[in-house]
Amino acid sequence: MEDVERLEAFQAKIDREEKIEPKDWMPAEYRKHLIRQISQHAHSEVIGMQPEGNWITRAPSLRAKVVLLAKIQDEAGHGLYLYCAAETLGISREELLEQLHSGKAKYSSIFNYPTLNWADMGAVGWLVDGAAIVNQVSLQRTSFGPYSRGMVRICKEESFHQRQGYEIMATMAKGTPEQKRMAQEALDRIWWPALGMFGPHDKDSPNTGNAMKWKIKRETNDELRQKFIDKTVQQAEVIGLTVPDPDMKWNEDKGQYDHGEIDWEEFMNVVRGKGPCNAQRLEHHKKAHDEGRWVRDAATAYAKKQQSKKQVA
Amino acid sequence: MNTKKALFEYCIRIGDNSMILGHRLSELCSRGPILEEDIAITNISLDLFGQCRNILTYAGEVEGKGRNEDDLAYHRPEHEFRSVLLTEQPNGHFGTTMARQMLFSVFHYYFYKELSKSNDVHLAAFAAKSLKETMYHMRHSSEWIIRLGDGTEESHEKMQEGLNKMWSYRHELFEKDAVDEHLIELGIAVDTAKFKDAYEKQLEEIISRATLEIPEEGWRATGGRIGHHSEYMGHILAVFQSLARAYPDAKW
Repeated sequence: MEDVERLEAFQAKIDREEKIEPKDWMPAEYRKHLIRQISQHAHSEVIGMQPEGNWITRAPSLRAKVVLLAKIQDEAGHGLYLYCAAETLGISREELLEQLHSGKAKYSSIFNYPTLNWADMGAVGWLVDGAAIVNQVSLQRTSFGPYSRGMVRICKEESFHQRQGYEIMATMAKGTPEQKRMAQEALDRIWWPALGMFGPHDKDSPNTGNAMKWKIKRETNDELRQKFIDKTVQQAEVIGLTVPDPDMKWNEDKGQYDHGEIDWEEFMNVVRGKGPCNAQRLEHHKKAHDEGRWVRDAATAYAKKQQSKKQVA
Repeated sequence: MNTKKALFEYCIRIGDNSMILGHRLSELCSRGPILEEDIAITNISLDLFGQCRNILTYAGEVEGKGRNEDDLAYHRPEHEFRSVLLTEQPNGHFGTTMARQMLFSVFHYYFYKELSKSNDVHLAAFAAKSLKETMYHMRHSSEWIIRLGDGTEESHEKMQEGLNKMWSYRHELFEKDAVDEHLIELGIAVDTAKFKDAYEKQLEEIISRATLEIPEEGWRATGGRIGHHSEYMGHILAVFQSLARAYPDAKW
């Protein structure tokens, strides 16, 4: 078949809302886009373990500790599904990790900010997982089968995390004056980076065009960001916290909030590696990976020995 | 000997071991050699914290002074902790972590198996539930010791080194004092002497399958039961209790 015909058949399949599966023909660009997006998503889950991991050993109650540990473990699990989904496109985990370490592959910039007090564990769950869910709910309908199915599973757990995060935030906001200070301070620090998670404005987003046509993406960055803002501002009000945006106002005509502008210069700096924790996060991951090499090598060597013993027997 | 006091003491010994080892494993979250293993280690940590919560809550009830799991975990000074020194030892490399885990989990397996027959209904139910988790911990750590011992030359050396380091800490798990004697008589506590031989035999078997050498005996660790811990313990608690102690009026 000519490529043009294949491409038409591919597009027709997508337009009929049928899923593309790993063995189906797909344009090289579609494959490339998906590997980029899924691996970025997987790396985000895995690097995202660090800012929350920062508080595991100091969690202020045993219950809080196990909830946090279990949440971070879920994220590791999400990373795992997503690496597997990316592998179905013909790239190995080792290659994916090399791309992360070389800086070729990105992860969500939100994780390049530090977690400075316990309320951050609330704010991360509520805002970061909250923003991720808005994105992921939309991605449940993405055209690539393994990614779509992974998202369905991940969304269930993420919405649980978001409620847990909001619960921490609500408890802190109702707590002692010190706790309330921590809660507001966490919101002040994390709000803007959380809005940045949706990416640049549609007009400045280089990857949106084909992604929409191929239904990898179903809604634009700005649409998703607006959805997030509309549901989150009221949640903040309910627990007595204030979103740090003086321009945030309900717009009766549009039926949504108007909001201030994100500091895009800072956003781009963090994307380019110049955020408060970029170096720290990558170094942490590389160190664990390098220190684990002898363990992985041993596991491979042992499995080979067992295999050859079986063959002899 | 006052039975209530002895039972409280007995429970916090169990709970503190789980808490401190759970803590050590929790330090490894996001530091595993591979993502699958990160998840597995966190699982074991979560199981141990689950056991710790159950038994510390029960200890508080037995004591009858209104202390809950968090009062016991966060507001006891170091010398009132009863963890064995093995659980406090730093993670070291992955081989050391697995050696520590294996020495502890094989003990825990026999211990819970016996404790599930306790005359104390709560302890028996707690042990039966914990036994299932512990079987997995034991299998997981033993398999790693075999894999690393019989893997590459480098892993063999590292595994041996880790095992040597942890080896002589195991004896403390079997220490017996008046608290044990009293509760053994009542059919509440476990007589660990009964399974010491089986324990040692199982270790030898794992070590042999791993193509490793049985380490020489070094300093026989002791002291946890009277609150004489390793130097590491103070640092563990300084981190563990820091937030809860900085804001004692806060509810989390």
